Amino acid sequence: MSRYTDFAPTRGFTGRARAADRDPRLPPGQYDARDGWPVLSAEVTPQLTAADWTFRVDGLVTTPHTWTWDEAHALPASEYRGDIHCVTSWSKFGVRFGGVSLDAFLAAAGPLPGATHVVAYSHTGYTTNLPLADVTGGKAWIVWEYEEGPLPAEHGGPARLIVPHLYFWKSAKWVAGLRLLDHDEPGFWEQNGYHHRGDPWAEERYSGD
Amino acid sequence: MTDALPTSEGFVPPSRFAVPGRIAVSNRAAATWQRATVLEIRAETPAVSTFRLKVPEWQGHLPGQHLMLRLTAEDGYVAQRHYSIASAPDGSGEIELTLDHVPGGEVSGHLHTVARVGDTVEVRGPLSGFFAWPGDRPALLLGAGSGVVPLMSMVRHHRAAGLDLPLRLVVSARTRQDLIYAAEYAEETTAVLTRTEGRLNAAHLAPFLGADGQPEGGWEAYVCGSNGFAEHASRLLVAGGQPVDRIRIERFG
Ligand SMILES: Cc1cc2nc3c(=O)[nH]c(=O)nc-3n(C[C@H](O)[C@H](O)[C@H](O)COP(=O)(O)OP(=O)(O)OC[C@H]3O[C@@H](n4cnc5c(N)ncnc54)[C@H](O)[C@@H]3O)c2cc1C
Repeated sequence: MSRYTDFAPTRGFTGRARAADRDPRLPPGQYDARDGWPVLSAEVTPQLTAADWTFRVDGLVTTPHTWTWDEAHALPASEYRGDIHCVTSWSKFGVRFGGVSLDAFLAAAGPLPGATHVVAYSHTGYTTNLPLADVTGGKAWIVWEYEEGPLPAEHGGPARLIVPHLYFWKSAKWVAGLRLLDHDEPGFWEQNGYHHRGDPWAEERYSGD
Repeated sequence: MTDALPTSEGFVPPSRFAVPGRIAVSNRAAATWQRATVLEIRAETPAVSTFRLKVPEWQGHLPGQHLMLRLTAEDGYVAQRHYSIASAPDGSGEIELTLDHVPGGEVSGHLHTVARVGDTVEVRGPLSGFFAWPGDRPALLLGAGSGVVPLMSMVRHHRAAGLDLPLRLVVSARTRQDLIYAAEYAEETTAVLTRTEGRLNAAHLAPFLGADGQPEGGWEAYVCGSNGFAEHASRLLVAGGQPVDRIRIERFG
């Protein structure tokens, strides 16, 4: 949490939503983006087709493995229905993403006992770090569907990682792979001042929070 | 995009992108809320105003950085949004933000219709070194609407510091009336008025992207605005030959 203690009301500010009827699904400091879905990537959206897309799991695993689009689609389908939260303060309720649980990929690669963290990286070179425990046990997915259609390119299509219980910069767009490590290694935004973990309920926005 | 997939030997980002951050950010400044007092409110266009704030503990910023602004109601309800810093760093303990009045907008609506000189708000920052421009490389700046705000900080810094490295600004607005900071632009700026000329196109960028238009070492390109503009402008840059790993994008949502 931020260290601020002394609360200072702004004259005349009442806010659109009263604290009392604030949606309980909304973490602190967030607002409901409703039908909007802001795009917040720092890079040029890559022109990546399904045929170009691959996903690799390596590092501290028994069997490093790369899946093509078709191979990934042959894994058991899984979906996420729920909320997502971006560090730039919007949240979106009740969305659906379709793809495969990350557990299915990890099971095939076989994490070694020493693996504690992962670096997720994308086909653009973007990276983000996560504790292994945050992406196992049904908490993370590789997805290619948004609602009932294909995932739009600007939102990470053809496929992205989603880790919905953390701020969305952890959910690497255009995901290319996951490297398992025995230590934590800050990724792109983490090196640019963001928090290492990014729990929206604890408001872990910037390093130092 | 797939010509260099990562190998098991080492962690190699698979494309040329991997745009490096520009500066290290101060964790302390980013984590601490500070009280800011509104010193001045200036209309820029019918829908856009600049808010000059006194932030006594401001640690300074680089052109292109943004902050988080928070409003708190009497009962503790808070709303916070990100805003780019419009002013050049000048060590004065004062900074300027320029806000578009978003119809129905909670934070911009309050600042445009209720706030007045003497009010306080809270800010934390500056944040994110990624879009920062320390004034070290030739810069090609593309902005639309309020996306010109962080770019204007760069232009102002370029002038105030008397830098002579190349800097070009291409701004897009519907009409001249909607053009933020219109009176401040000089030869470095090309304004594209989309209502009359149509939207930004390859011809507007051609003078800067051809072999003759490039400064030595090439441009660092900064694109800022709505997502629609960012997608369009960044594609034009790539098509015009600007390297993908030298395009930085700030999307306002
Ligand atoms: C890094 C960054 C820098 C930025 N810099 C700037 C800047 O320099 N200048 C600038 O002007 N903006 C900037 N922005 C955008 C800014 O953060 C805000 O998104 C913007 O000011 C709108 O906030 P708001 O509270 O006024 O509107 P919001 O209340 O967030 O509303 C946004 C839109 O959603 C609609 N809406 C939201 N909730 C509801 C609801 N409950 N019912 C009906 N409609 C709703 C509103 O009508 C409006 O159209 C920046 C954004 C980022 C990420």
